[in-house]
Amino acid sequence: MNCCSQKPIMEMPSGERLCKTHFTEYFESKVFNTIRKFDLIGKEEKLGIALSGGKDSLSVLNILNKLSKQNPRIKINAIAINEGISGYRDRTLETARDFCSKNNVKLHIFSYKEEFGLNLDDMLKILKVKPCTICGIFRRYLLNKKSKELKLTKLATGHNLDDECQSILMNQMRNDIAASARLGPRTGITQNEALFVPRIKPLYLCTEKEVTAYAFINGLLDSFNECPNAPQAFRANVRDMLNELEQKNPGTKYSIVNSFLQTLPFLKEKFKGGIINICSRCSEPASNGVCNACVYLEKLKRKVEA
Amino acid sequence: MAKIHVNAFIGRENKNAKLKLENNSQVIDLLKKLKINPVTVIVSRNNELILEDERLKDNDEIKILSVISGG
Ligand code: SF4
Ligand SMILES: [Zn+2]
Ligand SMILES: [Zn+2]
Repeated sequence: MNCCSQKPIMEMPSGERLCKTHFTEYFESKVFNTIRKFDLIGKEEKLGIALSGGKDSLSVLNILNKLSKQNPRIKINAIAINEGISGYRDRTLETARDFCSKNNVKLHIFSYKEEFGLNLDDMLKILKVKPCTICGIFRRYLLNKKSKELKLTKLATGHNLDDECQSILMNQMRNDIAASARLGPRTGITQNEALFVPRIKPLYLCTEKEVTAYAFINGLLDSFNECPNAPQAFRANVRDMLNELEQKNPGTKYSIVNSFLQTLPFLKEKFKGGIINICSRCSEPASNGVCNACVYLEKLKRKVEA
Repeated sequence: MAKIHVNAFIGRENKNAKLKLENNSQVIDLLKKLKINPVTVIVSRNNELILEDERLKDNDEIKILSVISGG
């Protein structure tokens, strides 16, 4: 069934076929409904958008920018992290810069080199660790620290339904349900906003295919560009398996995330209150006396000096 | 039955493929031939998205863009 006389460009799991105009409308209202349903954004906010330059974060920024224009009490700032991955991040940052200057969005870029003294590429030459492990620790660290310095009330990320669905299944397969308690459309230790800036996922209910189509239609889709550091094999396997299931059974991903949402309050209750310490070196949140970022910085320093 | 020729750009691999398909083939036939799961891509022709049941024509220039992001 087609939505109107215009040529359809996307087919929904229900079988409905939407044209460009109606798909954009459908997508944006889905995001606004997600924001309302999970109470992601209040009446007055200074929102940060973690911008990677990829289609997901650009789509979030595009939509929140529209929201902010309709609603002057919602201010937005984009934050990008330059890990220092040559041949990859330079390109995605260029896309981020482009979008922000065309759309008059304030963009703050923080680099590992300036903040920690070393690029990710250099860190990986010094330490024998999985790239994504330290890359992720330092990125989360900087995003939280800089969000606080910029006095952001929340930080929006580009996580979509596919990302969430993969994480839910990966945690189950690794028997790590405590990690699932930290998932959901709104994360961060909300009762401790002085330490953690809450994270929100406006694309929570949008499939990766929908986000890509939206980005394509709105000129936000860059050519395919992959981080040269080996992608996580486990996530890639789960992703492929889910896509096969989705193809045979449209709506599978949505069902998995939706049933997860019904168990999430119980998980949050069960795993709440893990004691949060404050890092003795940098005052960022830590699960032990010293935070993970400081632990790795110390290791790097020792290796460099040795 | 005449065959048609289609040029497909495969975004994920950043390469072009020239394919020979049955007359009246649809996008889904092209994806099957390339062993690509339709859930993982969007497909465009002349910069417009097209659906899986869209018929392909001789000499069509098709782009197959991956929905998977890279890190
Ligand atoms: S794939 Fe890994 S190394 Fe590359 S940007 Fe993402 S987390 Fe960092
Ligand atoms: Zn329409
Ligand atoms: Zn620390």
